[in-house]
Amino acid sequence: MATLNVLILVCLSYVVFLFAIAFAADRAALHGRGTWLHSPLIYTLSLSIYCTAWTFYGAVGFAARSGLEYLTIYLGPTLVMIGWWWTLRKMVRIGRSQRITSIADLISSRYGKSNTLAVFVTILAVVGTTPYIALQLQSVTLSFATFAEADLTSTSLPNRQSTAFLVAVGLALFTILFGTRNLDVNERHHGVVMAIALEAVVKLFALLAVGVFVVWGLAGGVEQTLERINASEIARWEVPTSRWIGLTMLSAAAFLCLPRMFQVMVVENENEGHLRTAAWAFPAYLMLMSLFVVPIAAVGLDVLPQGSNPDLFVLTLPLNAGRDGLAILSFLGGFSSATSMVIVAAIALSTMVSNHVVMPIWLHLTGGTAVVSGDVRNVALLARRLSIAGIVLLGYLYLQLSGGGTALAAIGLVSFAGVAQFLPALMGGLVWRGATRLGALCGLGVGFAVWMYCLFLPSFGSSSILPQTLFDHGLFGMSWLRPQALFGVEGMDQVVHAVMWSMLLNTASFVFVSLVSFPKPVERLQGAQFVNVFQHSATAGSWSGGLAQSEDLMIMSQRILGAPEAQAFFAAAAQRQGLAGYLPEPSPDFLQELERELSGSVGAATAHAMISQIVGGATVSVEDLMAVADETAQIMEYSNQLEAKSQEQARTARQLREANEKLTQLSVQKDGFLSQISHELRTPMTSIRAFSEILRDTEDLSPEEQSKYSSIIHDEAIRLTRLLDDLLDLSVLENGQVVLNEHKGCLEDLLDRAVAITGGGAGNFAIRREKSAEQVVLLTDLDRLAQVFINLIANARKYCDADRPELTIKTSQKADRLLVDFTDNGSGIPTDQQTVIFEKFSRIGQTKAGGAGLGLAICREIMARLGGGIDYLPGQRGASFRVTLPLNSQNATQ
Amino acid sequence: MGKKVLLIEDEPNIIEAVSFILSRDGWEVKTHSNGHDAIMAVRERAPDLIILDVMLPGKSGFDILHEIRADEDHAETPVLMLTARGQLKDREMAERAGASRYMTKPFSNAEVLDAVRSLVPQ
Repeated sequence: MATLNVLILVCLSYVVFLFAIAFAADRAALHGRGTWLHSPLIYTLSLSIYCTAWTFYGAVGFAARSGLEYLTIYLGPTLVMIGWWWTLRKMVRIGRSQRITSIADLISSRYGKSNTLAVFVTILAVVGTTPYIALQLQSVTLSFATFAEADLTSTSLPNRQSTAFLVAVGLALFTILFGTRNLDVNERHHGVVMAIALEAVVKLFALLAVGVFVVWGLAGGVEQTLERINASEIARWEVPTSRWIGLTMLSAAAFLCLPRMFQVMVVENENEGHLRTAAWAFPAYLMLMSLFVVPIAAVGLDVLPQGSNPDLFVLTLPLNAGRDGLAILSFLGGFSSATSMVIVAAIALSTMVSNHVVMPIWLHLTGGTAVVSGDVRNVALLARRLSIAGIVLLGYLYLQLSGGGTALAAIGLVSFAGVAQFLPALMGGLVWRGATRLGALCGLGVGFAVWMYCLFLPSFGSSSILPQTLFDHGLFGMSWLRPQALFGVEGMDQVVHAVMWSMLLNTASFVFVSLVSFPKPVERLQGAQFVNVFQHSATAGSWSGGLAQSEDLMIMSQRILGAPEAQAFFAAAAQRQGLAGYLPEPSPDFLQELERELSGSVGAATAHAMISQIVGGATVSVEDLMAVADETAQIMEYSNQLEAKSQEQARTARQLREANEKLTQLSVQKDGFLSQISHELRTPMTSIRAFSEILRDTEDLSPEEQSKYSSIIHDEAIRLTRLLDDLLDLSVLENGQVVLNEHKGCLEDLLDRAVAITGGGAGNFAIRREKSAEQVVLLTDLDRLAQVFINLIANARKYCDADRPELTIKTSQKADRLLVDFTDNGSGIPTDQQTVIFEKFSRIGQTKAGGAGLGLAICREIMARLGGGIDYLPGQRGASFRVTLPLNSQNATQ
Repeated sequence: MGKKVLLIEDEPNIIEAVSFILSRDGWEVKTHSNGHDAIMAVRERAPDLIILDVMLPGKSGFDILHEIRADEDHAETPVLMLTARGQLKDREMAERAGASRYMTKPFSNAEVLDAVRSLVPQ
């Protein structure tokens, strides 16, 4: 008779054995030994965590209740492995090139590293997986109870709850021990993978052994078994096509989306090539697993008493036949299935929970300044461990609360449908660049809500969580919102109904929102990286040896830090490690130090990317590149600012130089001007002083002499006064302080006035005018204009050197300007002097007529104020000046 | 016969005044009123003293002084410079150029006589 004690002993030995295997594998991996760890066979076997206790026990139950329908849960993954091999390879490639740690990480990475999305996926995954963990605990508890019942020697039945609790604690411990031994960037767990590969062998062997026993031991051969199958109800059960297709698709989707499957398939993957083997080996494994399901179910239904739980046929058949050894083996198979699933699921979920929920919160609370890696590391490990314990505990609590009464298979399907909601966002993200974060969020949200409402909450039984009226009349009394007949679709299978609606609405909202929303730059970049991953990523490079890496690092550092600095830095590091020479071991400490050193020169992201390029052989992720680009942009901006500043400074310097030149020039001009004024003032004063002294001191002056010298003094005094008047006038004009008194007047009158003041045609000086052209009414400062005319006429009278001096005043109009030309018949002004005659103190030739040389300068200033001008007209026979006046404000008459 | 003075000046009234003063003091006054050929006049007249205005038409008094000092016959002839520009740098320029005496206009007649007498011992 099977004794419970033997079972417990075997069980414990098995667990110890698993510990040893995991420990050995970890050690081997740590020391770089054990290439067998990286074989495709191990990879394929690790995939078998798909076959949990649900498949081990539940498939038979499934078959016993629903016939061949159980095949769907094997068919889905098989189709995926064979038909979607390309997609799987893409996922694995992305996982490696983007250093993906979980399915939440993958989805959030694809949609621009959105943590919102990651948190959402994490929550969904936890909600979807918890019932499944409960399922595993329940199966272990149930199978244990079955043994206990069959064991006649034991007087008291073990408490089911305490069994479940002990199992949960044990599993949590194992997972914490091997799942969080080290924080590997790649999240690989060699020990765990090895242990689940072993468990995969155990469960297959156990199921095959039971199968062989049932067919040849109980039924008495293949033919007899087939007869029994035909005789049983299994053969008669008809499965509706919709359910077939629905369940196959569901299990296919779940195979891709289950967090634990993602963990072993993508995260733990060592080599893309392993997928090639798995593509045929895993379907073969599944086929073997399902080979004896129908025979066991048929024989179980036939042999065992009515009312036996078909979920436990695998265990109860050998027990009933008294084959204790086989029964224990079978128990170990189920135990293996359950534990491997819980371990991997706990690792996968804890990674998600700690990376996307706990760490961001912790970083936020500590102010996000966690640069000290030791700190983060410890917190991350602690978060990971607590998450594992929490997740397993959650499963245990769910088991306690749900009472564990529901058929195992039902919970499994509910769970599958939950995680299948990831599919549109996941697949869409892999193949469609237009998929956006908002689309993914909406799709997931809608799918999750529909799943909760139509499948998850109702799975607790009607009127347990949702009231019965809801099922009958729908939400808010709207019949089209009944959870099991959404939009009036009635009579469908509950699971298929929920899967159809949730996936349909999920996909539709994902696509629609993606189309109408606009992705952020990071999303677009990530999208391109994901969709075109095969173009972008090469297969990861090999790891080079220690000192060779150091040398590469040294070469790089010399370029960045400068040779002497880099050599000193490396030598110091080598000395600290107790090594001679310049090349230290590339230990993590050293790399971190170097990275910090380099980041001072090139920015943190660039330094990280450079070092990981050399040491990790890892490809630089888009995020790294973005960070590098950001830094570069900052540096560029900074240097642009500097450049702008230096340009500004150059501009300022130039302006200052110009201003200085101007001031110097002004100073020179001022000196010249003062010197000129001094000369012009002192000259008449000299005469005045000299002659007044003569008049005073000389006694014997003739009356003629007295008269002559007196008049010289008088003339010079007038000259002095005129000079001062002119200077003041010019100063006022130049400073623009002059006020114009505009009046209307006729040009003819004005010229008459000027001619009269200058002495008219007195002497032999003739003035010729064309009075008919002078009938022009002007609106201007008439006195100022007259001043100009007087000056010009006086000049002609003074300087015209012709024998019969003659001045011609000619008036004409050109466009809107009035031109008055004063031309004499003298020798004119030499060409080289024509440009300077309007300057102050300029005098032509040696003529000494008492002028200070300010007249024309004043004329020029006046004409400028009047809006006109005065120019020397070359090419006339004598000296010729043209006065220009604007006509537009005046009206010409006659 | 008195000593010969050559007055190089362009302002007619000043020429008249200086001529009157010096003539009454017994000097033989010759005048010249432009810069171009002033050195020719110096050579022609061979004066005992030259009174030279700084601002002359055609050539500045400083240039003429250079020419006089470069001429071996007249390198030692005393030169009294007259200027209407009273700035310090003009005085310095005159001294560097080799002027024997420098006077700023307007001057008193007595001053001129004193200067002329001290430059040419009677």
